[in-house]
Amino acid sequence: MTFLENYDVAVVGAGHAGVEAALAAARLGLRTAIFTISLDSIANMPCNPSIGGTAKGHLVREIDALGGQMAKAADATFLQSRVLNLGKGPAVHSHRVQADRVKYHTYMKKILESEPLLDIRQGEVTRILTDGDGGVCGVETRLGSRFGARAAIICTGTYLKGVVHVGETSYESGPDATLPSNGLSASLRELGVTLRRFKTGTPARVHKRSIDFSKLERQDGDSDISPFSFETEGELENRVSCYISYTNAETHRIILENLDRSPLYSGRIEGIGPRYCPSIEDKVVRFSDKPRHQLFIEPMGLDTEEYYLQGMSSSLPEDVQLKFLRSIEGLEHVEIMRNAYAIEYDCCDSLELYPMLEFKKIPGLYGAGQFNGTSGYEEAAAQGLVAGINAAMKILGRDPLVLDRTTSYIGTLIDDLVTKGVSDPYRMMTSRSEYRLLLREDNADERLVPFGYRVGLVSEERYLKLQKKLEAVEKEIARLNETKLSPSPEVDGWLVSCETSPITEATPLAKLLKRPQVTYAGLARFDSGRPELPKEVWEQAELRIKYEGYIKLQQEQVEKMSRLEQKLLPEDIDYSAIKGLRLEAAEKLAKIRPRSLGQASRISGVNPADIAVLLIRLESKG
Amino acid sequence: MATVAAISTPPAVGGISLIRISGERAIEIAAKVFHPFGSTEVAKMKGHTCVYGKIVYGGETLDDGLLTVFLAPRSYTGEDVAEISCHGGIYVTRRVLRAIYSLGAEPAQAGEFTRRAFMNGKLSLTQAEAVADIISAEGENALKSANMMRDGELFRKIKSVSDSLVHVLGSLAAWTDYPDEDLPEAGPEAVLPALEDCKQRLEKIISDYDAGMIFREGISCAIAGRPNVGKSTLMNALLGYERSIVTSAAGTTRDVVEERLKVGDVILRLRDTAGLRDSDNEAEKIGVRLAEKAIGEAQLVLAVFDGSEPLSESDRLLLEKIKGVRHIVVINKGDLPQKIDKSLFSDEIILEVSAKEGDGLKKIADAVYEMFGLSGYSQHPEVFANERQKLCCDRALKYVSEAISALSLGETLDAVTVLIDCAADALLELTGEKATDAVVDDVFSRFCVGK
Repeated sequence: MTFLENYDVAVVGAGHAGVEAALAAARLGLRTAIFTISLDSIANMPCNPSIGGTAKGHLVREIDALGGQMAKAADATFLQSRVLNLGKGPAVHSHRVQADRVKYHTYMKKILESEPLLDIRQGEVTRILTDGDGGVCGVETRLGSRFGARAAIICTGTYLKGVVHVGETSYESGPDATLPSNGLSASLRELGVTLRRFKTGTPARVHKRSIDFSKLERQDGDSDISPFSFETEGELENRVSCYISYTNAETHRIILENLDRSPLYSGRIEGIGPRYCPSIEDKVVRFSDKPRHQLFIEPMGLDTEEYYLQGMSSSLPEDVQLKFLRSIEGLEHVEIMRNAYAIEYDCCDSLELYPMLEFKKIPGLYGAGQFNGTSGYEEAAAQGLVAGINAAMKILGRDPLVLDRTTSYIGTLIDDLVTKGVSDPYRMMTSRSEYRLLLREDNADERLVPFGYRVGLVSEERYLKLQKKLEAVEKEIARLNETKLSPSPEVDGWLVSCETSPITEATPLAKLLKRPQVTYAGLARFDSGRPELPKEVWEQAELRIKYEGYIKLQQEQVEKMSRLEQKLLPEDIDYSAIKGLRLEAAEKLAKIRPRSLGQASRISGVNPADIAVLLIRLESKG
Repeated sequence: MATVAAISTPPAVGGISLIRISGERAIEIAAKVFHPFGSTEVAKMKGHTCVYGKIVYGGETLDDGLLTVFLAPRSYTGEDVAEISCHGGIYVTRRVLRAIYSLGAEPAQAGEFTRRAFMNGKLSLTQAEAVADIISAEGENALKSANMMRDGELFRKIKSVSDSLVHVLGSLAAWTDYPDEDLPEAGPEAVLPALEDCKQRLEKIISDYDAGMIFREGISCAIAGRPNVGKSTLMNALLGYERSIVTSAAGTTRDVVEERLKVGDVILRLRDTAGLRDSDNEAEKIGVRLAEKAIGEAQLVLAVFDGSEPLSESDRLLLEKIKGVRHIVVINKGDLPQKIDKSLFSDEIILEVSAKEGDGLKKIADAVYEMFGLSGYSQHPEVFANERQKLCCDRALKYVSEAISALSLGETLDAVTVLIDCAADALLELTGEKATDAVVDDVFSRFCVGK
């Protein structure tokens, strides 16, 4: 085959997954090309102009700790920042920013352009080329140009065979009125990839001048902003406010009266929609007892008058959209600039992937993002990063990066994808992690910087800085354990004023800190020997002391799991030939081909006796 | 690796049962329940030695038996192993096992001892493959019994508690994962009453479980009386065959003999005891002591009196001893002329029988049935399942209680949720589900969330 250009890695798609994949591969020293149907859509946000949110904020910080770009891009382009769930405990604190959609795109495009080993090419990839062994050897574009590549990462988002539905009208399209990617599906099927149809949707964008803000509740950002990235420094400020309104009985009446004109209800959409992100017509039908539904009115950027209506995703006809929006308080005279629509697209069955996000059947072919059945920019970016790293690791002949559930939300996300599979677009949630208390936003650096450093995306300087921080945390914890506070009228008076009991004997500060009512900051008045420490240090010390019991409980669970996690199953194992495995288990194992015994144990239909049989088999092979 | 324990002998009636404990803490745990007679210290025992002693838990002596110690690597599993053999029947054995669990051992999975043996290089590959088959078969059996369990009443009760816990977790998850949505607040005020309710229901299940034991494990029932009132004859008549040595020489039953008798749906574990009287005979003295112990431990005493003789000093001694113990007064030898003064008994249930003639025995069965109020339960004998369900409930109760106290102390909800997760996981283990998955499903089915 003759190639126009030779690369190590070809990334198909330049959305949030593709961008991270390409940056990771190029930064790891590989010649990389990123293909996109339109350069103007790089890192576009075709839906919500925001980054983060519950569990998604965790993902962004983890991406940062591994050496990805998303957190820095969000810090550079945000309009408003909030930490959600304050007061519900540190494990569920989540950053969320309102982002400037155009600035975010421009920032990311510039970052890609500045990466020396990365080529950016506008073009639709229509074929994955394989060599005699069935491994990836390149990609072909619609123009017939062929590019050599040892790995291809599919990050096609909602472009792949995209079909937009609005009312009775359907047409082939990518998101935000881009061209769809129509050729690639057939090529993937030919390679043995199972494709499915998923569906998602987005609400209308409306003109600022048509909104009556005086009738809306205002929601401002936090006064004290902490950045997404552990490396962002300097002052950050909020530039916009968001607003809240509610649907009402009239809105619901209009929607219900026009349901027959919805492609979802008339059966024209075959794709499976997400449970967590229902359209407004879904909400009104499924939760008919709710008298109102909330919507958020959010600015799309500083250089535009467009506002996004979070919560009002719909595929009803345009006239119905206008009618029901105008029934909402504050939107009585609303002007739609872009209508809401539903979009159907092709995605793979994630059970066909290894945890490295490589297809089991096609060496060198990787998938990331919505193509793998997830939803959300953050979920996509996390997978893109992992796929990019693993494509590079394989080409470099190095150990793959497999993050297990105990390390991160990224690991949890990927394990869910490749072990349980998904039946509707998958969104990350804190409730999906059984190790929540260990996997906090605030300690993402501690958890993942070592991985990023080993891989080569995190500098030695950053790694050493983390080690120093951890030492300082340990030292402060030791000091708090050793320093005792004696009972005195002042101490007892203060404790009582915090609504906790006085002390009767000299008590270590650490012990007092364990009381929910006592904070590190509060203890300052009695802690004269306290050293001057950065917030990131004393905050970790405080958290570790406060949650010691729970952290220990979770660490025990982690230890239990990691023993199984470390037992790797050989790739060539023939499950049908293993004596003692039940048929159901053998079939499931053969389909999923788990990488480790730990992963095998989470497959539904594989019971502990099957695991014992596998363990024996593993050990007996030495 | 965790220290595990299980009953290693088939759960048959009678005979000796062996409990095997394997793992780092095996000897330490054994030392806590097994108190050797004499000066041996369990912790200092050498490998391949055994000692006679009693099994004690919570200040109560459960049984006596033998403890054999094997030290790593010279044991079946290659780990430290303690084997306790006891002979108190299934009921006592299970109690001993329960004590061992509560001291920190975990229930051994199907084939776990063999698996450990293999892992520690104690078995050859051929042996190991054969073992894989056994493990697999045990797995199938476990699955079958788990499936059977699902139809049971107890399972439904446990399921309803786990549903409630998942419901609580779902509310917490929706409230946490969708903080900007217009959802009902799932703060401590909302969560606490639901947890209190779960706690009560778990406690009820656990106490009912012990009632359920009566069906599965039987009622321990001691037959007591002064020598030669016909205890053994009565027992044999009840069982329908000769078991104890029956002679007219008083004091022939010197040890405690246990037999199982099915009365309707209930099993009576009958223990014939030596006659209660002061004796100089050493062997008989021991027998009498054992009889007194048997009376103390029994859930029911059949107090036997000789109808053909007036009430003696020994009879009065027996009446004294059975005060406060559930008992039935049986006046035997109804075939002979009656000399006993029945007005001396204050009991409501006085049964007159002739063990020799087999007369009136059904009266005893009916009285037992009546006494334990079992007639109403008998429709659902499957109500009561195995120890595993009980253990899961115990664990869930522990975590629910911890969650309640953490909430009351004002700890943050993310931490409290971890405890509720553990409680739900303990119960969901019975169906092989995971709390995280169940909770996510619950959130989406109940809450209208999303953009």
